[in-house]
Amino acid sequence: MNYHWNWWIFFEPSLDGTNTYLTTLFWGLGWTAATAVVGFTIALVLGSVVGVARTAPIGWVQTSGMVFVEVFRNIPLLVQMFLWYFVLPEVLPRDAGMWLKQFPNAQFYTAAVCLGFYHAARMAEVVRAGLLSLSRGQKMAGQALGLTLPQTYRYVLLPVAYRIVVPAITSEFLSCTKNTSVGIAIGLVELTGTARAMQENTFQVFEAFAAATVLYLALNMVIVFAMRSVEKAAVIPGLGNRIAGRGR
Amino acid sequence: MLSGFDFQTIVHALPYLFLTGMSFTLTLTLCATIGGMIFGTLLAVMRLSDNRILSVIAGGYVNLLRSLPLVLVIFWFYFLVPFLAQWLTGSSSPVRIDPFWSSVITFTLFEACYFCEIVRSGIQSLPRGQTLAASALGMTDRQALFYVILPQALRNMLPLILTQTIILFQDTSLVYVLSITDFLGAAAKIAQRDGRLLEMYVFAAVVYFIISLIASQAVRRLQKRVAIIR
Amino acid sequence: MTIKLLAASLMTLMLATLPAHAAEESATLAKIAERGEITVGHRDGAVPFSYYDDQQKPIGYAMDICARVVDAVKAKLGKPDLKVSYMPVTGTTRIPLLVNGTIDMECGTTTNNVERQKQVTFSTTNFVAGIRILSKKSAPVASMADAKGKTVVTLSGTTSVKLINAANTAENLGLTILSAKDLAEGMLTLETDRAVALIFDDVSIAGAAATSKAPQDYQMSSDPLSVEPYGIMLRRDDDGFKSLVNGTIEGLYKGGEINGIYEKWFTQPIPPKGINMNFPMSAQLKKVIANPTDDPNPDLYR
Repeated sequence: MNYHWNWWIFFEPSLDGTNTYLTTLFWGLGWTAATAVVGFTIALVLGSVVGVARTAPIGWVQTSGMVFVEVFRNIPLLVQMFLWYFVLPEVLPRDAGMWLKQFPNAQFYTAAVCLGFYHAARMAEVVRAGLLSLSRGQKMAGQALGLTLPQTYRYVLLPVAYRIVVPAITSEFLSCTKNTSVGIAIGLVELTGTARAMQENTFQVFEAFAAATVLYLALNMVIVFAMRSVEKAAVIPGLGNRIAGRGR
Repeated sequence: MLSGFDFQTIVHALPYLFLTGMSFTLTLTLCATIGGMIFGTLLAVMRLSDNRILSVIAGGYVNLLRSLPLVLVIFWFYFLVPFLAQWLTGSSSPVRIDPFWSSVITFTLFEACYFCEIVRSGIQSLPRGQTLAASALGMTDRQALFYVILPQALRNMLPLILTQTIILFQDTSLVYVLSITDFLGAAAKIAQRDGRLLEMYVFAAVVYFIISLIASQAVRRLQKRVAIIR
Repeated sequence: MTIKLLAASLMTLMLATLPAHAAEESATLAKIAERGEITVGHRDGAVPFSYYDDQQKPIGYAMDICARVVDAVKAKLGKPDLKVSYMPVTGTTRIPLLVNGTIDMECGTTTNNVERQKQVTFSTTNFVAGIRILSKKSAPVASMADAKGKTVVTLSGTTSVKLINAANTAENLGLTILSAKDLAEGMLTLETDRAVALIFDDVSIAGAAATSKAPQDYQMSSDPLSVEPYGIMLRRDDDGFKSLVNGTIEGLYKGGEINGIYEKWFTQPIPPKGINMNFPMSAQLKKVIANPTDDPNPDLYR
């Protein structure tokens, strides 16, 4: 094998002349984490709204919730990324489009919003499953107490539903973190992107990707440990039917 | 907006988009599903086996790949597979593998981890009595696995497996990062050549949407039919 | 007559023994002979070096030169029906795919430089480009300093990335640097105003502008920021194959055939749209043709 190994490459200065390649990899890790956190926050909020909409006893609200989920679930993430990045500014009025394009860090915001909508569709299904797993009596009891429908959701249904679906939220968050790498296609310099750039400039393919692999594993472990404590705190004694995620 | 929408570009590109692009995407999806199912079932059986070494190897592999983004895995395998093939075949120089087979191998090895988890939960969902009953009938472990456990597990898991296949179909679009001409790659090439990105990306989105939606509706219908009544 | 017969039988004998011989002196030739197939890596949008025509077949200046190399390989191995397969590569994939044996040579717009020589090697230089800046006439960028604080785009895995990063640090420009995966994507980024400038090899950006929707909207900076000698990229430590490639290219230079190939792609209308690059041969390239070299040192080409 005429591959030329060089593990010292991480300590050599990268292209910007000041940072080492190792530092740039950590910057990439930082962008990955930031994109995942912002994206997943959007997904949680939007996903809850849509998830509630899908269980609401109002026809058109249910339908629009369903349309949202089907649209964002059935188009590949990469295609959605292109739609947000290349197509959206073209269909907006010219000034608004230009404003979007000149936005500083446009790749980051685009990727975060895109991931937010993509995972919102999946979070909506999780929230819906949580709500549907509650017994009908909960809702009836809430309304018998004189709560309005929004109040019933806010004070009775959602708090319990969220606590049931924490494991599913964990796996969605993990999957959202991994999906930030799709941002590479619109120029987001997250972890995979920095590893790729390092590979292109040093030609040390396997060292660069090995480092990225280790960093992803570490990030994964941090998330799993953090979420495990959340899961412990959220567990409801006696309510066994927790909904686990199948995220990716 | 629609007034500027150039349908002509799409019509002209149709043969290229579908004959070159979509046929690549669909063949890749099919091959990787079959390969992934076979390898995934093997991994699941290994994970559940009484042999510690086998179950640790399979578990480690599955957990490792499930922690990594597909884009990174695609880069890894694309560059690594020729070296692996050289090592496996004992050839003197790295073995050339064309982009299609390289993609098939990548997606098979990656998706197998997800299929593995599906099959594993399918096997675990069966009551322990099934295995016991099979041994009571004088079946060997292997016979029990092939004639009793797997058929039921696969039947239970069929909807999940098909859903995973739809996800796989969407995931194949990521070969774009390697400039391979799948359906999205074909659309992107035309978009960039003719400066018609609006039309091509929207069209690609619509095609993916329609195929995935129809497929997922069909899976939902199937789910109702195959459910084993207990 | 007897001499002719003797010569013919000698030739046959030579050709018959060559494959075995080739196998000894070159791993690449041995592999090609063994598999009965040679794989040429090409770019998909490097007009007019290596790009697709409207049948999605790779064509161009570099592809023509590589076709001669393939002919030489066929002759050397005595396999006129050798299968030739083509494989698209990008700035990201070209070096790993060459090193891992997927492709046997890369025919595109790859600069021969010292850093790359750690993993690969290059044939005799077949073109000399320079990095320049392409921008819209409505928002002209004549120098790196003009782009201060703005977003520029270049091609990932190219020498330009390094050059821009160096200037960015040295002159404290605060640029946002995007890396497109190929020329088409880079041009798209400039076209859609996602970046104010596309910084890359002059001949390539001239091609991108010429084939764009509105060529008259673009301008190129006048002074090149660097010298970029292009060569066919080859695996390292395979002198047998390298000397075959170099011999073929130098043959084209000596016989003057190179002029015809050059004119076909740079001063005449080219497929698929019949655009003329209008890019006459530079003094630098003429110098290389007179004295062929595969040296990566840019100063030799100035």
